[in-house]
Amino acid sequence: MNAVIETIGLKRSYRGFEAVRGIDFTVARGELFALLGTNGAGKTSTLELLEGQDVPTGGSVRVLGHDPFHDRGKVRHRIGVMLQEGGFPPELTVLETVRMWAGCTTGARPVDEALELTSLSGRRAVRVKQLSGGERRRLDLALALLGRPEVLFLDEPTTGLDAQSRRDTWDLIRELKAQGTTVLLTTHYLEEAEQLADRLAIMHQGLIATTGRVADVVAERPSRISFELPRDRFLGELPPLAAMGVTRHSDEGGTVRLETRDLQRTATELLSWAHHAGVTLHALDARSASLEEAFMEIAKGFEDFGNPGNHGDPGDPGRHGTTKSTGSPGNHGTTRSPGNHGTIRTTANTRTTASTGNGETR
Amino acid sequence: MTTTASVTRPGTTAPARSGATARLAALGRAELTLLLRSRAALVTALLVPAVTAFSMRGMVKGLDLGGTGLSIATVLLPGSLGLALFFSVYSNLVGVYVTRRESLVLKRLRTGEVRDWEIFAGGALPALMLALVQCVLLIVGLTVVLDAPAPAAPHLVVLGLLVGVAMLVAAGALTAAVTRTAESAQLTFLPFWLLSMVGSGMFVPRGVLPGVAGDISAWLPFSPVMDLLQGGWTGGLGGLDQIRLLLAALAWTGVAALGVRQWFRWGPRS
Repeated sequence: MNAVIETIGLKRSYRGFEAVRGIDFTVARGELFALLGTNGAGKTSTLELLEGQDVPTGGSVRVLGHDPFHDRGKVRHRIGVMLQEGGFPPELTVLETVRMWAGCTTGARPVDEALELTSLSGRRAVRVKQLSGGERRRLDLALALLGRPEVLFLDEPTTGLDAQSRRDTWDLIRELKAQGTTVLLTTHYLEEAEQLADRLAIMHQGLIATTGRVADVVAERPSRISFELPRDRFLGELPPLAAMGVTRHSDEGGTVRLETRDLQRTATELLSWAHHAGVTLHALDARSASLEEAFMEIAKGFEDFGNPGNHGDPGDPGRHGTTKSTGSPGNHGTTRSPGNHGTIRTTANTRTTASTGNGETR
Repeated sequence: MTTTASVTRPGTTAPARSGATARLAALGRAELTLLLRSRAALVTALLVPAVTAFSMRGMVKGLDLGGTGLSIATVLLPGSLGLALFFSVYSNLVGVYVTRRESLVLKRLRTGEVRDWEIFAGGALPALMLALVQCVLLIVGLTVVLDAPAPAAPHLVVLGLLVGVAMLVAAGALTAAVTRTAESAQLTFLPFWLLSMVGSGMFVPRGVLPGVAGDISAWLPFSPVMDLLQGGWTGGLGGLDQIRLLLAALAWTGVAALGVRQWFRWGPRS
């Protein structure tokens, strides 16, 4: 594997607070790797170590085969960095800022090209202090792209951008990736990770809680089916649930919820039963797990268990890479709220009752 | 965002690395633009030293210079140069470094190819240009007004200005390291400035300071710089003294640089 970024047991502490508590991951050339996590999960702290802004308190980090802090001279001209909050002198214009940065960059693109890429050409004469938050993010991105970097570090590249600019930025990142740039980005937006990332890691409290391809991370979570049975029908009339592939179920106030790792099979069995029995299933909803559900479950799970120390290993190996669910690609990018994730944490195969009747709405 | 073809070309033969000169020029140009847009800083740095120099004339006239081998001109010329350096280099740079740090500019710069010392030097370039212009104007102006003789050892004037500037850049960065906000930068430059004015011979020649104070004053950081400048006009410094003063000034500069290395933070304190 052609690892462009590699960390082993990476740690970082500030005055006694351990922000990064030993993480391992590798990013291959041309890959787009996303770091997700709640605020304070350690994403930015990790990124800063990769960018060579500080020395790790423990473990090691390699970027393009070098120590990014001590060998920064060998690394810096090959990477592009966009900080979470970029600093630019407020009294300089956009053009002056990019020109200054170009003068400090090996093999810099023409200034006009960088402005064009980030749609800032029309704002070149505007002083930085007059830019909107989104424009400032794009200026920061323009600087990160100036040196045609092999590796791009983007810390929340689309925070503060309107929907259109966000899509434009995604297109730009995709294009860079298509041309071979390795990208490591952090984001709050799960949709962003689903849209862009080849692989991702979800961080929580300084550790990587889970990592893998988006499909794998999602596949670790069960799919769900919910429907309302008519009053004169009972759950017991259905075929044996285990045989349908159902791993857990609940029935509250006529609303039935099923969890399965084989959505197609369970759905087929359910619908053919309904068809033959002449039953109308109201409010029928079937869907694969979403990244958001996986994310919420991790964030919540860690909170509830208090001490995340024993959750450092990214899941049991057996579950990785299993794609039992036939997962419909159609639901990617949906941002439904999981709402009822209160029920899914209990161990599989135990009967649980759904928390409330209105669990699906939020 | 019209993404044109060939957005990036990773893997192609690497272009020549950007040179230190190009980086310094780029940083210096941006900083000069900022200085020219900051009227207050510009006026302070340009006018105050000149006004002070001429108003010091009356005070120096009242000094009893008997037995020091000095004249009004040989006190006033080095004194006004020292003062000019303090205004346009030292106090100016404390503000520049603190402001850039607090607005995250330094942190952003450090993610690029620029080396740490280039950030300091690039930021200092406009101030150094300003100081150079001022020194030339002051030397010419005061020489004419006071009908002063030309420096007896001009190389010492040049040498004194060079090490003086180097020391004040380092001292400016060190002072910025212990300054928390841009507002407090308007005060934190005062201690070293006052100490040097009184103790290093900028207002009052060290020769007229009483016994113990005179001995102590010799050890102040800026004293060797002032002694070199003064020696430039009087021509009264032996070769050994010249070397000793130069080494002392460089040693202080080195100490300040080490302090910067140790204590300077590149981002705001959280």
